[in-house]
Amino acid sequence: MSKILVIAEHLGGKLNSSTARAVSAAIAVKAEAIDVLVLADSVDAIAAEAAKIDGVSRVLTIARAENAHPLAAILAPQIAKAAAGYSHVFVPSTTFGKDVGPRVAALLGVAQVSDVMSVEAAHTFKRPTYAGNAIITVEANPAHTVVATIRSASWPAAATGASSAPIEALSIDAALPTHTRFIELKQGSSDRPDLQSASKVVSGGRGVGSKENFDIIFKFADKIGAAVGASRAAVDAGYVPSDLQVGQTGKIIAPELYMAIGISGAIQHLTGIKDAGTIVAINKDSEAPIFEIADFSLIGDLFKLIPELEQAL
Amino acid sequence: MKILVGYKRVVDYNVRIQVKPDGSGVVTDGVKLSANPFDDIALEEALRLREKGVATEVIVVGIGPADLTAHLRNGLAMGANRAIHVVTADAVQPLTAARVFLKLVEKEQPELVILGKQAIDDDANQTGQMLAALWDRPQATFASKIEIADGKATVTREVDAGLEVIEAELPAVITTDLRLNEPRFIKLPDIMKAKSKPIDTIEFGSLDVAAHDHLKTTQYAAPTKRSKGVMVKDAAELVAALKQKGLL
Repeated sequence: MSKILVIAEHLGGKLNSSTARAVSAAIAVKAEAIDVLVLADSVDAIAAEAAKIDGVSRVLTIARAENAHPLAAILAPQIAKAAAGYSHVFVPSTTFGKDVGPRVAALLGVAQVSDVMSVEAAHTFKRPTYAGNAIITVEANPAHTVVATIRSASWPAAATGASSAPIEALSIDAALPTHTRFIELKQGSSDRPDLQSASKVVSGGRGVGSKENFDIIFKFADKIGAAVGASRAAVDAGYVPSDLQVGQTGKIIAPELYMAIGISGAIQHLTGIKDAGTIVAINKDSEAPIFEIADFSLIGDLFKLIPELEQAL
Repeated sequence: MKILVGYKRVVDYNVRIQVKPDGSGVVTDGVKLSANPFDDIALEEALRLREKGVATEVIVVGIGPADLTAHLRNGLAMGANRAIHVVTADAVQPLTAARVFLKLVEKEQPELVILGKQAIDDDANQTGQMLAALWDRPQATFASKIEIADGKATVTREVDAGLEVIEAELPAVITTDLRLNEPRFIKLPDIMKAKSKPIDTIEFGSLDVAAHDHLKTTQYAAPTKRSKGVMVKDAAELVAALKQKGLL
C-alpha cells in the first residue's frame, strides 16, 4: 500500500492551491495515508489550512528560521529525510516544486516523474513531453520512492471540509547549507485574482500593440473579475511582466473561462491553456490558429469589440 | 574561471511532432535536429561572461551517439573553447545525465555550470537541480539575470510569484530561462575556426556511472484534441452565450 508525502507550497503565510491539487493526485493513487509536509519559519496558519483539505491524514510541520523562503538547497535535505517510510513524495509542478523536487529525488537517488497528468496505477503515470505534443506513459520502479511533480492544471483542488487532520511537529536532524541565500522577491502588486488559480483569465497578445494599450485588457478583466495573462509575444515585446506569461514556458493554467484577445495561438501558448473549461478567442485574423481550438470565436478588432463586450455585460 | 555548459541536441522547436502509429515513440527519421533552445541561452550567457572577463574558458558538454560531434561543432562555432563528448548510443535520463556531469565537474573543477532549465524533448526540468544536489552546491534555476562578483552569483529567477533574487556562493549550478539573453547567430568564419577546436571524447562506460534507467516509458500517445467550437457574430451574442453557460 502507498503512503504519500505531499509537500505544501505557500507564500506569505498562505497555502497555495497547488497543494490541494497535489493531494488530488495522491487520492488517485488510493494511498492508505496522505500526509502534508509544511516547511516554513512560522507554520501554524499554513498547517491549519492544509489540515482542512479532504483526504489528508496528517499535517507534519518543520518550523525553522532557515525555512522562511523556499530555497531548494535548504528544503531538499529536510524533505529527503522526512520521506523515509513513504512510497511517494508529491510536489506541485509549479516553479517551487520544479525547483525542489529534482533536488529531493537526487538526494534519494531516484528518478523523478515530472508533470503528472494522470495516475494509471501506483507506479504508472501519464505526463506530457514535446511541449504537450506527445503524452507518455511512464512506469517508476516500485522498489524505489516515487518523487513526482503534479501538473496543477490537470487536477482539481481537493475539497476542503469541516474536519481537520491532526498537526504534528517533526524534528528533523539535517545539516543545512549556508551557501544559498534569499535576497528578495519582487512581486507584481495586484488586487487581481492569481493567474495560476483564477477561475477566469483574460489574456492579451501581440495584437494588443503596446504596454499602454494593455490597459484595455486589465480593465476588462477587472470588470468580469478575471486574472490577467499574456502570450509570450506580448511579454517579449515588453507589454507586461514575465510572470503573466501563459504557455509551455510560462504558466500552464486551467481556468473555467479563458479569453484570448489578440493572441494568434502559437503551439506553445495552446499547450498552456488546453485544459481550460471554455476558451474564447477574439482576433481580427480569421486564419489565426487559436480559432481551431476555441469554443467561441469572434473575428474583429479588439479595440472595438472589448467596449462592446463591456456594454453587453 | 571555467564554465561548463550543457549542450543537448533535440528535435528542432519548429518541427511538428508526430507520434508513431504504434505508440513506440515520436517520428525522428529525417526530422531536423538542433540545439535545445535553453542550452543556446546557457552557452550565450557563458560566452558573455567570458567576454566580460569574468570567465576564462567555456566548455560545451554533450551526451549522445557518435554523430553528436557535428552538433558540438556548432557550440564551438558559437564560441566555446572546447567540447566534451560523452559517447553513448542510449538515451540518457536526467539522473544519469546529472551523474555524468558530476564526473566531469570532478575532473574539470568549473566554478559555474550553466544548463538549460529543461530540454524541449522530454521537458523533464531536472538535470541542473539533480547535479546541484549530487555536488552539494547551490542551484539557481530559471535565471533571467546573472551577476558574478566576489565569488558569488546573484541570480534573478523567474518564479510564479514574480522575480526572486538569490545569492549563491560559487561553485554553483544555474539553469536558464527564456529571457536571460538572445543567443548570437553563428557566422561562417567561426564555423571554419571551430574545426580546429578540440573535442574530448569520453566513453560513457568509462565513467563508472550507474546507467540503469529508473523510469520506463511504455507508450507514446498524441494529446486529445479540443474540438473546434462555434463562430459568434458579435459581442452581444458572445456575452449571451457565456452567460448561458454561467461563466459571466
